Amino acid sequence: MFANLMGWVDARFPATKMWEDHLSKYYAPKNFNFWYFFGSLAMLVLVLQIVTGIFLTMNYKPDAALAFASVEYIMRDVEWGWLIRYLHSTGASAFFIVIYLHMFRGLIYGSYKQPRELVWLFGMFLYMALMAEAFLGYLLPWGQMSFWGAQVIISLFGALPVIGEDLALWIRGDFVVADATLNRFFAFHVIAVPLVILGLVVAHIIALHEVGSNNPDGVEIKKNKDKNGIPVDGIPFHPYYSVKDIVGVVVFLFIFSLILFYAPEFDGWFLEKDNFVPADPLKTPEHIVPLWYFTPFYAILRAVPDKLMGVMAMGGAQGLLFLLPWLDRSPVKSWRYRGPYFRVALTLFIISFLALGYLGTQPATTLYTNLARVFSVIYFAFFILMPFYTSIDKDKPVPERVTMK
Amino acid sequence: MSNTVDNSKRRFLTTAASVVVGGAGATAVAVPFVSSMLPSAKAQAAGAPVEVDISKLEVGQLMTIEWRGKPVWVYRRSPEVLENLASQDDVLRDPESDVTGQQPDYCKNEGRSIREDLMVLVGICTHLGCSPTYRPELAPEDLGSDWKGGFFCPCHGSKFDLAGRVFKGVPAPINLVVPPYYFQGDSRVIIGEDAQGAA
Repeated sequence: MFANLMGWVDARFPATKMWEDHLSKYYAPKNFNFWYFFGSLAMLVLVLQIVTGIFLTMNYKPDAALAFASVEYIMRDVEWGWLIRYLHSTGASAFFIVIYLHMFRGLIYGSYKQPRELVWLFGMFLYMALMAEAFLGYLLPWGQMSFWGAQVIISLFGALPVIGEDLALWIRGDFVVADATLNRFFAFHVIAVPLVILGLVVAHIIALHEVGSNNPDGVEIKKNKDKNGIPVDGIPFHPYYSVKDIVGVVVFLFIFSLILFYAPEFDGWFLEKDNFVPADPLKTPEHIVPLWYFTPFYAILRAVPDKLMGVMAMGGAQGLLFLLPWLDRSPVKSWRYRGPYFRVALTLFIISFLALGYLGTQPATTLYTNLARVFSVIYFAFFILMPFYTSIDKDKPVPERVTMK
Repeated sequence: MSNTVDNSKRRFLTTAASVVVGGAGATAVAVPFVSSMLPSAKAQAAGAPVEVDISKLEVGQLMTIEWRGKPVWVYRRSPEVLENLASQDDVLRDPESDVTGQQPDYCKNEGRSIREDLMVLVGICTHLGCSPTYRPELAPEDLGSDWKGGFFCPCHGSKFDLAGRVFKGVPAPINLVVPPYYFQGDSRVIIGEDAQGAA
């Protein structure tokens, strides 16, 4: 009966073929470790954000006069509104935690390297779209940080020569951040950018499944197939990794729930304290900082004592990540078999990224500005010097088969 | 005279024609959508001048007025402040206010004002649009012993003196904007309009 039904469907739509290609007969390396949880967790958080977002729009008002009060209305008067709103706001930070760990995995195991350049590029575009989505969404509560954060980021475009000021005006739709800005940010946040993100997720996964997953050893399992054409070091994604990922989901939801129910604002890190004050176009908060996931780039922006150069440094810090597959000249993918130069460089890079992230949350004192300059130089040196230190590095021999350590 | 068709040339011409015609069509369709995001007629109309009563403004006091949705500061400078303005030229990027467009011509002087004691400034940092903080005290701990009063932007640390002139070595590139304004008698200032007419 069921087989007949599936046969009828399969003759008209490749349901079984898609199931097999992407799950039951998608062979992933058998040596995935902890770091391989975060791709599927990112999908989970994406679904969470879309579902909670849909229900938030049912009560939210994208109007400068009503927005702040409508968020408080959701928090106080809508049945379970507080839960849906906190799921969405905590989910935003969770999304970035998961994505940063996912990208870190790519860095240590060389998952961006040939033949996965497009997987990396689609992923980088996803990261950009995600940052845009978070920035657009942060204006919607129309608090002080919403307003002044948007004012600063839109002014970044004003730094571009010739067209800058007109471009900033076009983005705002008014001479200052105003109702027109809020209304269009709402449109971008709830429909335009989510559509882009969904499309990129599909492209990211199709590209990955075309070339096959990398693994902690950086060994290409497709080079070693049995007589049926199945990689000897591969296991079907379903059920092996779907079951493994469910364990990750349980642990993730456990930690997520602790934050959600006991510290949803996370002491100002996930929802900034100044954002509980309605937007006031006449007064900038004493200490204005973006949310934590933007602070490394914000620290780079602040470190440069020139408007245009600062904006270019910030853009360059993100742009260089796109070029990673072509900057890395080493034939070895995984950290496990990399030479000392790359290991030291990557360690310094991670330390710089975290330090910049911290400095971006602090006031711009002389000491902190100078520290931010030092770490910015290391950040850029990691990329700019990469073609040199990866080509002369003393890499170790890579095994033929994956290992199970 | 050959009868053969030059296929590659034909392919090139049809592709080029399609790209040009299709591109023109796509651009034409984009115009209304892109234009709809420009400031609307309503947003452009909301720029009327504002009138401020300055009779109760004391020396050293700063008041903030909203004009075109932006904060505008009006404050009264003491003689000591005016003396200090002259002594800081070497730490300022543009002490003579040479960048045009940042002030009306009648304010291109050392104090960047019509009346020496009374200063009118748009309170928006020329770096990334935050509103700097009024810091009139001398040599506060966080701003150093050379500080003679001015404005400090909390966002990215830009510094301006009490005439809105930018310091060297800070992210803001140019001086703060002086809006068009004029006085009506001793106690009234009209912001957003030159004495001769609309700005």
